[in-house]
Amino acid sequence: MTGDGGRLSLAVQATLGSFSLQASLEVGAEPLALVGPNGSGKTSLLLAILGLRTPDHGRIVLGDDVLFDAALAIDRPTEERHLAYLPQDFGLFPHLTAIENVAFALACGSEHARPRQRRGEALAWLERFGIGNLAERSPSRLSGGERQRVALARALASSPKALLLDEPTASLDVEARVEVRAFLSESIRSLGLPTILVTHDAMDVEALASRVAVLEKGRVVACGLLRDIRKAPPTSFAGRLFSSSTVPGAGEINNPICNERVNHN
Amino acid sequence: MTGKILTRARSRHLYGAAMVGLGGILLLFLVLPFVALLLDGGPDSILRGLGCALTWPALRLSLGTSLISVALVVLGGTPLAWWLARSRWRSARWLEILLQLPVVIPPAVGGIALLLAFGRRGLFGGILERLGWTPAFSVVAVIMAQVFVSAPFYLQAAVQAFGRLDPNLLAVARSLGASPPRLFFRVALPLARPWLIGGAAMSWARALGEFGATLMFAGNMTGKTQTLPLAIYTALELDIHTAQALSLLLVVFAFALLLFLRRFNRGAEITRRLATP
Repeated sequence: MTGDGGRLSLAVQATLGSFSLQASLEVGAEPLALVGPNGSGKTSLLLAILGLRTPDHGRIVLGDDVLFDAALAIDRPTEERHLAYLPQDFGLFPHLTAIENVAFALACGSEHARPRQRRGEALAWLERFGIGNLAERSPSRLSGGERQRVALARALASSPKALLLDEPTASLDVEARVEVRAFLSESIRSLGLPTILVTHDAMDVEALASRVAVLEKGRVVACGLLRDIRKAPPTSFAGRLFSSSTVPGAGEINNPICNERVNHN
Repeated sequence: MTGKILTRARSRHLYGAAMVGLGGILLLFLVLPFVALLLDGGPDSILRGLGCALTWPALRLSLGTSLISVALVVLGGTPLAWWLARSRWRSARWLEILLQLPVVIPPAVGGIALLLAFGRRGLFGGILERLGWTPAFSVVAVIMAQVFVSAPFYLQAAVQAFGRLDPNLLAVARSLGASPPRLFFRVALPLARPWLIGGAAMSWARALGEFGATLMFAGNMTGKTQTLPLAIYTALELDIHTAQALSLLLVVFAFALLLFLRRFNRGAEITRRLATP
């Protein structure tokens, strides 16, 4: 299931009141973590990529698709961008069961498939993530970790070309965080999709990303390998973020990701 | 020392008496008219009132027109509210305020406005008449008056319901490829449904009780445009116990509606808790 490594590249400039966002990023098969203090523009950037906020200038390209180009007046609607978006609270539809949530994504892709066929396919997605037995549960009766799995299964069922994760572990308890990190890290690596991860959590960065972009007041002040950013933090925020995370074993989690980066290049 | 305690005890008594007294007076004032409505004259005179010739045509007309009105309000109000709730256009906020106007103006003013717009000599009445249609003083006018006064209740509830939806859920739905109709029918509508039903119920109650605008714009013709509230007005000149009986009919509908809403709100509360983990 390794992706063909389409790239997501963007250069956008947006003004929102007194706040101005100006960022250029390039994401390939190596997951990129977007870190920065509150109000640094992480969410705005994510919304711009999703097409929920229109930048004033710039260009967003995913693989061969131009999602946005201010000069050419191209602005593809969110539903045509093929992006998997996982918000902080997973965004499961509360009025649908786990399997119906996944089937929703399938129905969006192929209006013509029979509902029964979609159900079978949705169940296959859930089984792939080890939660086939929870198919008929409503989201309110799932644990945080299980919700994350349903959300990812649903996102992937829409055959996305890139993955956007917003604080994937923030709304979980500590135990579930460990489990979800391991699961996400494995999934992200096996998918090979361009992945952007917005986070406040150094453990997330270490487990899930191999590159880091540091945002400050709407600007990307540094972008590089996790290793390098940690060695020489470009901002006081980045310094604080990574100083608290130098727990024993963190390096071991980190190494395989870096190795994989070498393999990919 | 003891004096101080006594003063404190006395002030607490005074406080208790004032609260119970003031609240109690209002409570009595609100409850007594219903007691009188229910008990005055006894069941015989109420039954006799229900047998009055005005009753059944008015009841049939009221139920029929108010249900049609609510259907029309929901049919048009749902898309309008969805658009208003999602619009970032500044004029949409002004429009929202404007659409609430029928709630705060006296219904009689609404009736005059309808007459001036769609009456025979109204602003658009000439055009309508040339098309062979004069709505004023007909069943259609009854429905028009009801829609005019009751739509804001539904609109307000629906705009709030759609505005309260978790924007993340809508964003996710769109990122999954949901087209605008799918987003509306499969996500927004089911999630907002409890509040939409609540709004429709309030709107129906308002339509059922509509009096002033109907009187001005549709008239008070027995069997044609005379709804229950207008029948009550007419009956009052004949016999107060007939008016009482008709009033009780409306109270029964209103009370059933309140019970339904209470039960329903409890359900909606649970849904809301589910929707915001």
